[in-house]
Amino acid sequence: MTLDLARTVVGSELSERSLRAFALGLPGVDAIGLEQRAASLATRSIKTTSKRWALDTIISLIDLTTLEGADTPGKVRSLVAKAVLPDPSDPTCPQVAAVCVYGDLAHVAVEALGSNHAGGGGTINVAAVATAFPSGRASLRVKLADTADAVEAGADEIDMVIDRGAFLAGRYGEVFDEIVAVKEACRRSDGSSAHLKVILETGELATYDNVRRASWLAMLAGADFIKTSTGKVSPAATLPVTLLMLEAVRDWHRLTGDLVGVKPAGGIRSSKDAVRYLVTVAETAGERWLDPRLFRFGASSLLNDVLLQRQKIETGHYSGADYVTID
Amino acid sequence: MTFLDYAPAPESRSILSLRSSYGLFIDGEFVDGHGDGFHTVSPANEEVLAEISTADGHDVDLAVQAARRAHDKVWSRMSGADRGKYLFRIARLVQERARELAVAESLDNGKPIKESRDVDVPLVAAWFFYYAGWADKLDYAGLGPAPRSLGVAAQVIPWNFPLLMLAWKIAPALAAGNTVVLKPAETTSLTALLFAEIVQQAGLPSGVVNIVTGAGETGRMLVNHPDIDKVAFTGSTAVGREIARSVAGTSKKVTLELGGKAANIVFDDAPIDQAIEGIVNGIFFNQGHVCCAGSRLLVQENVHEEVVDRLKSRLSTLRMGDPLDKNTDIGAINSAEQLQRIRELSDIGEAEGADRWSADCVIPDNGFWFAPTIFDNVSTSSRIAREEIFGPVLSVLTFRTPAEAIAKANNTPYGLSAGIWTDKGSRMLAVADKLRAGVIWANTFNRFDPASPFGGYKESGYGREGGRHGLAAYLAPQSAAAITASAAAPKTTRVKKGSAK
Amino acid sequence: MTRLAVPKTYKLFIGGAFPRSESGRTYEVLGANGDFLANAAKASRKDARDAVVAARKAVSGWSGATAYNRGQVLYRVAELLEGRRAQFVDEVQASEGLSRRDAEAQVDEAVDTWVWYAGWADKFVQVAGNANPVAGPYFNLSVPEPTGVVAVVAPQGALSLLGLVAVVAPALVTGNAVVAIADERHPLSAISLTEVLATSDLPAGVVNVLTGSAAGIAPWLASHADVNALDLAGAAELDWVDLQIAAADTLKRVLPPDGRDVATRSLERIGAFTETKTVWHTKSML
Repeated sequence: MTLDLARTVVGSELSERSLRAFALGLPGVDAIGLEQRAASLATRSIKTTSKRWALDTIISLIDLTTLEGADTPGKVRSLVAKAVLPDPSDPTCPQVAAVCVYGDLAHVAVEALGSNHAGGGGTINVAAVATAFPSGRASLRVKLADTADAVEAGADEIDMVIDRGAFLAGRYGEVFDEIVAVKEACRRSDGSSAHLKVILETGELATYDNVRRASWLAMLAGADFIKTSTGKVSPAATLPVTLLMLEAVRDWHRLTGDLVGVKPAGGIRSSKDAVRYLVTVAETAGERWLDPRLFRFGASSLLNDVLLQRQKIETGHYSGADYVTID
Repeated sequence: MTFLDYAPAPESRSILSLRSSYGLFIDGEFVDGHGDGFHTVSPANEEVLAEISTADGHDVDLAVQAARRAHDKVWSRMSGADRGKYLFRIARLVQERARELAVAESLDNGKPIKESRDVDVPLVAAWFFYYAGWADKLDYAGLGPAPRSLGVAAQVIPWNFPLLMLAWKIAPALAAGNTVVLKPAETTSLTALLFAEIVQQAGLPSGVVNIVTGAGETGRMLVNHPDIDKVAFTGSTAVGREIARSVAGTSKKVTLELGGKAANIVFDDAPIDQAIEGIVNGIFFNQGHVCCAGSRLLVQENVHEEVVDRLKSRLSTLRMGDPLDKNTDIGAINSAEQLQRIRELSDIGEAEGADRWSADCVIPDNGFWFAPTIFDNVSTSSRIAREEIFGPVLSVLTFRTPAEAIAKANNTPYGLSAGIWTDKGSRMLAVADKLRAGVIWANTFNRFDPASPFGGYKESGYGREGGRHGLAAYLAPQSAAAITASAAAPKTTRVKKGSAK
Repeated sequence: MTRLAVPKTYKLFIGGAFPRSESGRTYEVLGANGDFLANAAKASRKDARDAVVAARKAVSGWSGATAYNRGQVLYRVAELLEGRRAQFVDEVQASEGLSRRDAEAQVDEAVDTWVWYAGWADKFVQVAGNANPVAGPYFNLSVPEPTGVVAVVAPQGALSLLGLVAVVAPALVTGNAVVAIADERHPLSAISLTEVLATSDLPAGVVNVLTGSAAGIAPWLASHADVNALDLAGAAELDWVDLQIAAADTLKRVLPPDGRDVATRSLERIGAFTETKTVWHTKSML
């Protein structure tokens, strides 16, 4: 059971005190060194044959997202259509990994996906944000109900937010317990579970040391993925933060043998940027992580840029915005 | 195919048009040398790049004469503002031709293009920019009002950072009103000769910069020329010693940047991932051909295994190969001779009982290559812990306490640089105070900047390059009388000597 | 009735103690008028070696003291020297054949030289150091640090007290330890000065003074691997080029003779025996 693993890693019973000691005992992060390493990874250039593969991989790793107050069933159906058929002019174009929506619209996404849904013979998952996304400012009872609702509505994946207030106040045990509780709420009646992505909202944690601590708390609590951001706070995903979180899952794997995924979300708009993330994944955690089970991009506009680049490779000339569909 | 089979993504060579042969650059013109010419080759594949002239004693004399004329008649008399403008021009020309210079450097030296492109050449431009601004502000160099130039500087530079070392030497010398005769290293003359073209494009007065190529003998003749006022040398401690002897009794001023065996100290509270990067950058940057390389890793015993394990995993992701490939991390060893030395010392390290581990790299068929190598459990008495290897070879030693780390770090005749990795600011500052080395990098390594003085303690040489200190190394106070007269130094001449003799 | 005077035995000053030369040898010191003044110890190469050991041992404490403390100690030397002004005036007058007035002027200038350098102890770093505005997120500071053990050949044959003070004091300012070879012909004021130093809170070994043959001792110091710098101020009459060549073996910092009997008070003299250390540290809030 997951918490046994956490106990082994922490080396004691799990308490506010032991988790705090554990988190504060993690090695520090030198921001400048981290940022320089990220910058140097960003200078890698990949060859053309790899590029086509990279673009397709990026598409297959995308959680195509709409998270607006103005979201409607129509908007979600449109998003799903895009997810299913990203480029109508090219049937070989892969589908995205998931669509990511608010919990109350999860059932719309499930219905719209139909046979393309992972649960219906397809491969596309429905991810729902929960736990009073994006602020997380609600009681645990509300957050758990929010989660259970989404799971019941057919969400395959839950993107929860941690309680940054509790974290910044130093109540690491509370953050941990909440993740454990949400994980429990992801359980379906048949015993299976929705996958849990834990959003750290790194822009609000501010320091890299905090990001490392929060990453470990989430992994200890059983996160299937650690995710950078809600997309509602700036800065959202950055390459250095993602690198740091990749180091965390790499070290977790070394320590426990368990595989945890990473999802940068927000702010990744160009193929060029996304390729840099792929490079960073491959050189930090390893190529094994270039798989939708272990890495996702939380993005919306990224997809069309990737499609434009794909078309450029296919046709040899630059494409234009009117040649890709909007969702 | 794995995704990480990035390349080849070679930087285009077409930006660079090399001549088949290069002469010496004396008094503003390219002229033939009177010594036997030699080939400069690409260390990555042993391809001949160009024929280089050798300056004999006569050529050296002509160059020094040209520099003397230019100094006395033109350059030292020119306003500082105008000297500065020439240096600004050079800085801009370097920027304009940056890619070409980077390609030439990687071809001739074997260093990865990402280093020549992102480190060496940008720093060259920065160096000229920095010192250009000093040229009309010499009163603030710390030597009192109106300091004077020294005269003609003989500058001999190594092959590890050919163009950057040229900039370190020429920029402050010219800003201070000196003229120079520079000798690049035998295996890496190309960028100095391209720089001569830049000097021409900048319209620099003839004779202000002279470049003489050749081997050690040419350098020796240059340093020993009687009409030299300043010697600036970067290279081995052995040659530095020889220069220190040869200038004894002369009025030549000397700056020496020599060897090193830097300790890179990792405490148990270090930011571990950045420390690993810093260790890698410290010893594998430029294939370890760096005088300030962090070649001795001193790691706290309680994190020794973890650090070495992480280091090995990280080294396994380094890419060795074509220096012109943008994805190359580790380029070629500069010469067959250097490769031989690295191999010899590594074999000695193994024979002395250290645990040898090398990254699994595919070694190209031609050229000079050495896989990144770590020696673990090295004793302080081992030759690989004491001698400068000047290659991608790291010796790992352990310590238990800060005092022991300092003692081991200082236990070397060298004293050029050191690294400290800790999250504890007070410890960092205290350890930095105690290390006998001229440059201390804390939670970083191998950083250079024109505003930052660089140079060694003990047998790593003397004098500083960079910053105000680097400028002062090319100046003398206006006159002894001026100093005595200054308020800061009251006259002592009122005291009379006695009759006893 | 005149009282019979009690003459002083002049010995070496090594590690804060006053040993005789281990060689057991002395040499006769005569006054300007040819009268016998004293027997001075004739230091051997082993005395030089011991002095270097004592100096090396003293470096970390002296250089590790606060600059304020070093300044106070150097000022204390001036105070004590001033207190024994009459003795030093007599000594240099007898030895060098000066007029009373010139002897007084020399001692006064020696006192003032200590005061001048004492004041630099907590300022030199500010004047010679720099905060460097590097193009990156780094704290970057350059500061002068003492070179270590400085061997000094004091000026020979004139102004024995002042000549020595003018070369020893600047080396001490930043925290170096000194091994000085006194004026061979006029060594007495140098040894008397060490009595001042010994009672002035200057830690043992920070200054060591050897009397005897400069030509005999200097080569051992010039070639000694644990000496970091060589001040040849008083070596003009020696084979100083050979000394400089010997010093090159371990790349010592060498200040060649400049032909002056008294080194000019200057920042350059302080700086000549310093090493600039540049420290980089990353700078970030995150």
